[in-house]
Amino acid sequence: MSNDVFVITEHMDGKFSDVSFEMMGKARELASALGGQAVAVVVGGGVDAYVFASDATIHVDDAALSNFNPEAYGKVIEALVKEKSPKVVLIGWTITGMDIAAWLSARTGAPCAAYAKDVCVEDGALVVSSQVYGGKLTAEVVLEGDMAIVACLAGSFPAEAGQGSTVATVTATPVDLGSLKVKFVEAIKPAGGDVDITAQTKLVSVGRGIGGKENIELAEELAEKLGAALSCSRPVVDAGWLPRTRQVGKSGLKVKPKMYLMLGISGAPEHLEGMKSAELIIAVNTDKKAPIFNVAHYGATADLFEVAEEMLELL
Amino acid sequence: MNIVVAIKHIPSIADDLPVSGNNVDFDSVDFVMNEWDEQSIEQAVLIKEAVGGTVTVIGVDLIEELDNALHLALAKGADKAVKITADEPGADSHMQAKWLAEAIKGMSPDMVFAGVQASNDIDGQIGPILAAYLDMPYIGGTSSVEASDGSAMVVKEFAGGAGAKYSVGLPFVAGIQAAPKPPRYAPISKVRQIAQTATIDKVEPSGDASGRLSFKKMAPPVVTGHAEMIEGSSKEVAAKIVELIKSKGLA
Ligand SMILES: Cc1cc2nc3c(=O)[nH]c(=O)nc-3n(C[C@H](O)[C@H](O)[C@H](O)COP(=O)(O)OP(=O)(O)OC[C@H]3O[C@@H](n4cnc5c(N)ncnc54)[C@H](O)[C@@H]3O)c2cc1C
Ligand SMILES: Nc1ncnc2c1ncn2[C@@H]1O[C@H](COP(=O)(O)O)[C@@H](O)[C@H]1O
Repeated sequence: MSNDVFVITEHMDGKFSDVSFEMMGKARELASALGGQAVAVVVGGGVDAYVFASDATIHVDDAALSNFNPEAYGKVIEALVKEKSPKVVLIGWTITGMDIAAWLSARTGAPCAAYAKDVCVEDGALVVSSQVYGGKLTAEVVLEGDMAIVACLAGSFPAEAGQGSTVATVTATPVDLGSLKVKFVEAIKPAGGDVDITAQTKLVSVGRGIGGKENIELAEELAEKLGAALSCSRPVVDAGWLPRTRQVGKSGLKVKPKMYLMLGISGAPEHLEGMKSAELIIAVNTDKKAPIFNVAHYGATADLFEVAEEMLELL
Repeated sequence: MNIVVAIKHIPSIADDLPVSGNNVDFDSVDFVMNEWDEQSIEQAVLIKEAVGGTVTVIGVDLIEELDNALHLALAKGADKAVKITADEPGADSHMQAKWLAEAIKGMSPDMVFAGVQASNDIDGQIGPILAAYLDMPYIGGTSSVEASDGSAMVVKEFAGGAGAKYSVGLPFVAGIQAAPKPPRYAPISKVRQIAQTATIDKVEPSGDASGRLSFKKMAPPVVTGHAEMIEGSSKEVAAKIVELIKSKGLA
């Protein structure tokens, strides 16, 4: 058992995601409170792992780990944490980290807190604030036991504190990767040919509140009048009302326009991940308790259809 | 293909969420099916339509209100419904996953589907925990699962339209993010009719596990900022938004 804090970093196409550095910065803080080391764990082949401000970096380097594979990554991480028994394991609550965090908890018996917005050490105990119910409530939980897994929401901590150049210790995979049931077949590239919403200065963004495909036209007209492009939240895409290329958020695109006008979007953490640094955020939502009002610069508790129609009259 | 779909009833986040003690006051909220479960039911039914098989929906009935969700699943094309009768609203993900695992073991599934997440699973999602307890691999965030000869072709989404295709040996657990098609609609009349005729198998919870979290508190977030609210009628709101945008030189 040690007092170390492990950060399970993540990378795509050779590039580490911001959340890796964010967690690394947090890990340094936690490690100094716990009297242990902040350790970056890099699982993957063909990546430059000398990029973290860690006390140590462990790089499990194997060509079979070049692409994310939940089974392979899970087994490697399980073997590592069982061998080194860190006090805390930070994992991103991301599309890849979500495959690992709770699984690792079940395999090791260590508690896991998901949706973490903050982690601290209070009287020797690990206390995590988790953003639940789509951001409408915050739960404060204490993690029991010798090891704890904290699955962190992207964008929760500053990234700079985690950036550095610590030399990595390269190790071979601790588990046999030859007999896996999950096999990577091929990468899927984003479809091109549509408006690039990441390149727009103005976006009108619609959420489930738009109600149906037949109402998209209204939003489109408004966007056009404002010289903006139309973007949306995930349910709008899943319902088939707009193409995937227009989706903003965790599993969509990250945008940073000068204006982000939101119609009928609640402001779930997964949506915020994609747009919270927009320069001017205006939200129209009928629910006065919608979490988006904690993030938007301007808000109105109003019906989006009425507001959109009225805006069209004025433009 | 024998597919088991785990479904969950959760407090509707469209509502106010009053807190009682360290959790949402379950008596004063509406429960709805977790939205990703609608996707996983659709995904399972699509596979059944393509290659044949059985779709069994299963849920832990935490507040004795799961029947509606099970009936809805049957109306959308599931063949069997099972509920684990545990009147324990406070049971955590590990505990529920254990009960589900014990119940699912005897069903010899080829595939087990869970929603990619629910908004209230503080100790982690059930899908991966269930996979660990069932000793099956897990792959989450899927946007397509196709059965093919003793294995499946699974598309996992990353972000911005990027993803990867995996071949996964049976049996496995998938966390469904989206079905390849929007979930089908089941008319209320059909759901009502099923509610009158369908049988739901009841199973006692068996097994024990714990997420080992203790709650300090649950409360609305402490906010560091709040939007400046534009008051007035929709007409006034519209006028102020237009004015605001113009004043920033954006229109
Ligand atoms: C792994 C994962 C990745 C995800 N990635 C993304 C992502 O990339 N992007 C994303 O957006 N989501 C993502 N999600 C989904 C996310 O959790 C939320 O479900 C989603 O953001 C909710 O979208 P919404 O706000 O449009 O819908 P809802 O949360 O349903 O909100 C609709 C809002 O519309 C309001 N409304 C209704 N009618 C009106 C009206 N007439 N006028 C005004 N307001 C009205 C309601 O009050 C409500 O606040 C992801 C989820 C998971 C699990
Ligand atoms: N009580 C439950 N009964 C059945 N399935 C559940 C239950 N809780 C969670 N699940 C499954 O796990 C998925 C993710 O929920 P959660 O683990 O709460 O994030 C849900 O979409 C369900 O498929």
